[in-house]
Amino acid sequence: MFSYIIKRLLHAIPILIGVNLITFMLFFMVNTPDDMARSQLGAKRVTPQMIEAWKVDKGYDKPLFVNDKEEGLGKVTETLFMQESIKLFSFDFGFSDANRNIVEDIKERMIPSLSIALPTFVIALITNISLALLLVLFRGSALDTSMMIIAVMIMSISTLFYIIAGQVLFSKMWHWVPISGYASGWEGIKFIILPVMIGVFSGIGAGVRWYRSIFLEQINQDYVRTARAKGLSELRVLFGHVLGNGMLPILTGVVVVIPSLFMGSLIMESFFGIPGLGSYTIDAIHAQDFGIVKAMVFLGSVLYIIGLILTDISYTLFDPRVKLGA
Amino acid sequence: MTVTFLWTDILVWLLIVALVAWGYVISHSLQVQRQWRAIFKSSIALVSSIVLLVYLVFALLDSVHFHKAKSSEIVSLLDMAFEHRIKETERTYSAPFASYEYTKSLIVKNGVSRQEYLPLKYVNDESVVKLSLLALSIGVGISFFVILLHIVWRKRKGWKRDIPWHTAYITFTLLVLVFTWLYFLSFNYHVLGTDKVGGDVLYQTLKSIRTGVLIGILTTLITLPLAIFLGVTAGFFRGWVDDVIQYLYTTLNSIPGVLLIAASVLLMQVMMDNNPQWFESTQERSDVRLLFLVIILGITSWTGLCRLLRAETLKISQVEFVTAAKAFGVGRFTIIRKHIIPNLMHIILISIVLDFSGLVLTEAVLSYIGIGVDPTMHSWGNMINQARLEMAREPMVWWSLFSAFVFMFVLVLAVNLFSDRIQTVLDPKNNA
Repeated sequence: MFSYIIKRLLHAIPILIGVNLITFMLFFMVNTPDDMARSQLGAKRVTPQMIEAWKVDKGYDKPLFVNDKEEGLGKVTETLFMQESIKLFSFDFGFSDANRNIVEDIKERMIPSLSIALPTFVIALITNISLALLLVLFRGSALDTSMMIIAVMIMSISTLFYIIAGQVLFSKMWHWVPISGYASGWEGIKFIILPVMIGVFSGIGAGVRWYRSIFLEQINQDYVRTARAKGLSELRVLFGHVLGNGMLPILTGVVVVIPSLFMGSLIMESFFGIPGLGSYTIDAIHAQDFGIVKAMVFLGSVLYIIGLILTDISYTLFDPRVKLGA
Repeated sequence: MTVTFLWTDILVWLLIVALVAWGYVISHSLQVQRQWRAIFKSSIALVSSIVLLVYLVFALLDSVHFHKAKSSEIVSLLDMAFEHRIKETERTYSAPFASYEYTKSLIVKNGVSRQEYLPLKYVNDESVVKLSLLALSIGVGISFFVILLHIVWRKRKGWKRDIPWHTAYITFTLLVLVFTWLYFLSFNYHVLGTDKVGGDVLYQTLKSIRTGVLIGILTTLITLPLAIFLGVTAGFFRGWVDDVIQYLYTTLNSIPGVLLIAASVLLMQVMMDNNPQWFESTQERSDVRLLFLVIILGITSWTGLCRLLRAETLKISQVEFVTAAKAFGVGRFTIIRKHIIPNLMHIILISIVLDFSGLVLTEAVLSYIGIGVDPTMHSWGNMINQARLEMAREPMVWWSLFSAFVFMFVLVLAVNLFSDRIQTVLDPKNNA
């Protein structure tokens, strides 16, 4: 088991290097440090000296990939690419344009993000699976057909609509919950309810359809026929056989997103004024703060790769056919 | 007045020509004919495809641009049809069909100042009934003419009855009636109200159709070649080619989509700001930005389809008929062209349609975040973004949001229903 995990971790390294290369190309090659200096300094009459000074100040004064001035290994290491890569890999994201430590900011904002994302994830998982099982139990009936049509309709409405409609109905008209805001601890529950409900509801259409198709695929298999032939009730077939075997495809889709929950939801957080990583990113995008966006891109990729590794590990735990180290 | 082509116009018309040509070529195959007949046997699929056609017509009408003589203005056919509503802007908000402004304003009359609802400038209450009747009769006329043509065509083709054409006729007539009525009344009213600066909401909503539809279809134009080429190559040749391609899409996939788009759009913005000399007019600028957005969306969204195609190609290239073809000495590229690609068609088609609806919704979210289309461009996302703040007003200004959401919902719902039908018919799993 341990060697297997190590192997998976090693597999992740080239991917991380690739991500790093893409981020670097995006942030430094499409827009060279000279361009950045010009748009940061703003004025039309920017002298080359000012640009050089800005680059030295930011630490961007080295060549991109190859440094001809250095000897030997220094040709590759004394470059902007190496310098930035090392910073990213050691999770040193530097300072934002507003001169705040990005790592500290991220640490601070992870909890509010999680307090929305985690409940949404768990509640959505439970509701979607139970609704899907219900529909599979009554498959082919009027309930199934009508629910599937409703599911398509729910899927076809923009999340923005659910958020706006939810805020207007529950906060503005009925005053059940505050319209936006955040507080930590038990106090904060009243702020969390609405975004969580909306998050669950807006995903219910696509979710139920997905789980239903997974269960339906299982239900046509031979082993289910055998189970029925043995005289098992439909409910026992469903919970004992179909749900268990449906877990595998479900794991592939679900486990991979778990680490990314830390990233929070961009629109949800900005609508509800939650000081999480989602709204952090949006603010950075609006302020064109490349440092933060770069950090978030890297962080998101790392979390996704962790998700991939977790998926592989969960496979070996749940599927006896997958052998370790194979 | 001379015809001008914006970049996206060229692409969208090329795509339409290619689609028509492709449709003509494959329509000779009996199997394809049978599949499409099976798809349209469901009235839901038929109705949604007609709705889609209407949206497409609006998008295409808005994709024929003219350079106005003696000015640098670029207008489309749709702009020309709505010229009366572009020029006649009110002062501020007004509700749908209203004759007065939505909020009271301070006026001074004979030295006394009062709060009063001001009348709208470009609203004419007279002869509404007559105008509606005229609109409806013209609508009925148009739809009868089209339906008659279609019936004649069916007669010549041998009068098959398996497709529920009457449902199609009813849908078509209703749609034509609604739009002619809206159009005729738009001369007298702001049918869907006006926004903060008095712009006509109906016009904005119709203009947004092009943005939504274009993002949906042009993105697939970028996605498809990438996904098909890389997916098939990886699945067919295996070995190190497969490893490299897998590495490529895992890496790209691991960067969160929205953030990758955000980063790319931000950089593009900086680049365009640094080079203002590239564009002659704001329209060209926003058009290029739309094109960039489409390319970025395409680059970030080919990975899913590629993975599916790779897996399917792996499976197909093990099947007997491919082994047989190999044994006969058929060239590898002939095998790919004749045996692999045709068997991937259903996956490609399903994913095109599914992606389309996703992209329309994504556009709204991206524009809301501020990394979507140009803020000067009409799009549902921009409409929602601007109207969001109006929800805080008392009483609420709901019509901009409402129109954007309804038009978006109808489009996405039609696409989703259509894709469901395609999936049921084409997916071999369902025919077992």
